[in-house]
Amino acid sequence: MSENETKAAEPAQAAVKPKGEPLLKVENLVKHFPIRSGLMQRQTGAVKAVDGLSFEVYPGETLGVVGESGCGKSTMGRLITRLLEPTSGKVEFEGNDITHMSTAKMRPHRRDVQMIFQDPYSSLNPRHTIGTIVSAPFKLQGVTPEGGVKKEVQRLMALVGLNPEHYNRYPHEFSGGQRQRIGIARALALNPKLVVADEPVSALDVSIQAQVVNLLDDLQQELGLTYVIIAHDLSVIRHVSDRIAVMYLGKIVELADRASLYKAPMHPYTKALMSAVPVPDPRRRGVKSERILLKGDVPSPIKPPSGCRFHTRCWKATEICLTQDPPLLELKPGQQVACHHPENAADQAPGEEIVAEAKDAVKVVDVAKDA
Amino acid sequence: MTDFDKPATAASAAETVPDTTVGVPQAVGSAPSTSFLEVRDLRVHFPTDDGLVKSVDGLSFQLEKGQTLGIVGESGSGKSVTSLGIMGLHTTGQYGRSKARVTGEIWFDGQELLGADPDEVRKLRGREMAMIFQDPLSAMHPYYTVGKQIVEAYRVHHNVDKKVARKRAIEMLDLVGIPQPDKRVDSYPHEFSGGMRQRAMIAMSLVNNPNLLIADEPTTALDVTVQAQILDLIRDLQKEFGSAVIMITHDLGVVAEMADQLLVMYGGRCVERGSAEEVFYQPQHPYTWGLLGSMPRIDREQTERLIPVKGSPPSLINIPDGCAFNPRCPYADVPKGNVTRTVRPELQQVSSGHYSACHLSAEQRTRIWTEEIAPKL
Repeated sequence: MSENETKAAEPAQAAVKPKGEPLLKVENLVKHFPIRSGLMQRQTGAVKAVDGLSFEVYPGETLGVVGESGCGKSTMGRLITRLLEPTSGKVEFEGNDITHMSTAKMRPHRRDVQMIFQDPYSSLNPRHTIGTIVSAPFKLQGVTPEGGVKKEVQRLMALVGLNPEHYNRYPHEFSGGQRQRIGIARALALNPKLVVADEPVSALDVSIQAQVVNLLDDLQQELGLTYVIIAHDLSVIRHVSDRIAVMYLGKIVELADRASLYKAPMHPYTKALMSAVPVPDPRRRGVKSERILLKGDVPSPIKPPSGCRFHTRCWKATEICLTQDPPLLELKPGQQVACHHPENAADQAPGEEIVAEAKDAVKVVDVAKDA
Repeated sequence: MTDFDKPATAASAAETVPDTTVGVPQAVGSAPSTSFLEVRDLRVHFPTDDGLVKSVDGLSFQLEKGQTLGIVGESGSGKSVTSLGIMGLHTTGQYGRSKARVTGEIWFDGQELLGADPDEVRKLRGREMAMIFQDPLSAMHPYYTVGKQIVEAYRVHHNVDKKVARKRAIEMLDLVGIPQPDKRVDSYPHEFSGGMRQRAMIAMSLVNNPNLLIADEPTTALDVTVQAQILDLIRDLQKEFGSAVIMITHDLGVVAEMADQLLVMYGGRCVERGSAEEVFYQPQHPYTWGLLGSMPRIDREQTERLIPVKGSPPSLINIPDGCAFNPRCPYADVPKGNVTRTVRPELQQVSSGHYSACHLSAEQRTRIWTEEIAPKL
């Protein structure tokens, strides 16, 4: 198995070498949603959905963002597309600061950044035909494509594998997979540079999921697109991404290229997450017999734990983890991790005593069934 | 590898199971079943304005105690309708509000359920067989505390006072790993997180120690770490009580981990059935190949491309004549001897306990799998 993985690692790493200037640069991005209560609607707290993210996206690559529900990955997607305004921090697109740009100034930038949404049922207006939906970007941007709008829409429909003759049909006449293709056609209408896809395949059946994953792949090759793909499915993320960011409670805990992350995860959370994925191979029940089971649930982002946010569920937590938030450091070329006691790397705070609660933070189970 | 590699004996000699050509389901072998659970030629049809929806159309399988059967298939393949059929939840008794037409036989512990008195079935439901639903938020009542709902499930089948039942509810919540069960018993479902709600529902299903547990997509709505906790819990409980489990899911990873037996459904019918090992390593149906090829594998070397199934699942109103998978099948045009396309392929035995419903001959399938499909996965 390890042989296979090293073989796979070589081309992946070669493809991952950052080339030139980043397309998108995010620094210390924060989004707090205020909680108001009482007569005066005073702010009494905040949901710290995204709490200090820094990363870069290079042209032509795919950055995968993975995490459990509530970790802030969707909020992150909406921040970088400026569908939400950040509380603080900076978002730079092609060197331009778009963090607090006004709606009017933002408009010309919008054509460069497009989004594909999760639910193909609620993201298409049921009263508009496919033609209207896919041509809406042209209307909004005041662009007349070469050869006319209709011709261009039909070209896009053919590009994503839909029958161009279905131009006048309504969304309800299409299946889930086809609707997702319509959403993709709409996102591609203005020739964007960056496409942010928020759970693009999680609402689809397995066989359809593969069709859409392949389509995204083809379009990237053909059009030189850059993707940020947000998903909770670690197998899908591994398949589509060049680099992967793992999020936990509003922070990136690990950011690494695909091969390193899956071969040697450094953050304990990443390790637990990977070991939780059910492997579609009945024979593995006997081989891979250990699984780290995290106990309990993700803490509330309203009151995130002090220090390292993962310390409440981590089996390696020490005193320092309770008080000091570990910074995201590059411990290996191409692998950044925010942990005091990483796996597969030198301990960042040696000589610490594991706290008592951490000792039963996880349950290691034997996945092998009694045969 | 094992003897599954060898092509099965000539297809013409292969055994045909079950005989679904008989028009009247009652006429199909009414001998009592010796299995713990046996479903024979189950059909669930819904008449609608647009036509008859054949959600389940001739499904048969057996399950023994302590075993886990995984049912996989895409949405609309009839997985959930099957489980509701077994639980007897399609017919709403004397009011007859459901229009479902359920035929066939369901033998549960030596008793036939479909023809049985609804009151008899009600005595079994919840006590001998229980169900875990996909979405705990909609399966639990928002107005009652979790404890009350578990107490109700217990007292329906046990003549005990509320205090005893409450103690039992706390015991069950503790068993499924809810912290401070004596306090949480008085919480409402909305006060629980998704994973805790699913645990509470499992507690409710297991309160009467059922012998058959049907889990319908029990982890689909959950995060992967919570999913691992829940699957671990179901495995532990099965070990402890020796129940039979039917695990319905679209996630091949989940079934590979949980199931002993596997049943692949497509368009309301079973297209392949066998031990998990055989179905994963010697799959004998093009649809199963498609499912395996569609799935990105976390445990394998990175493949450049997935091999999806083309097209989309069939409408259950106009299931094509012949094989339901025919319009999507990449091997539909492979010459198959004297087989008529419009004839529906029946389940045929490939090897002991392994059945597949495909017009391709056993030799053709073995050759396509070993030469064309397996190397690409």
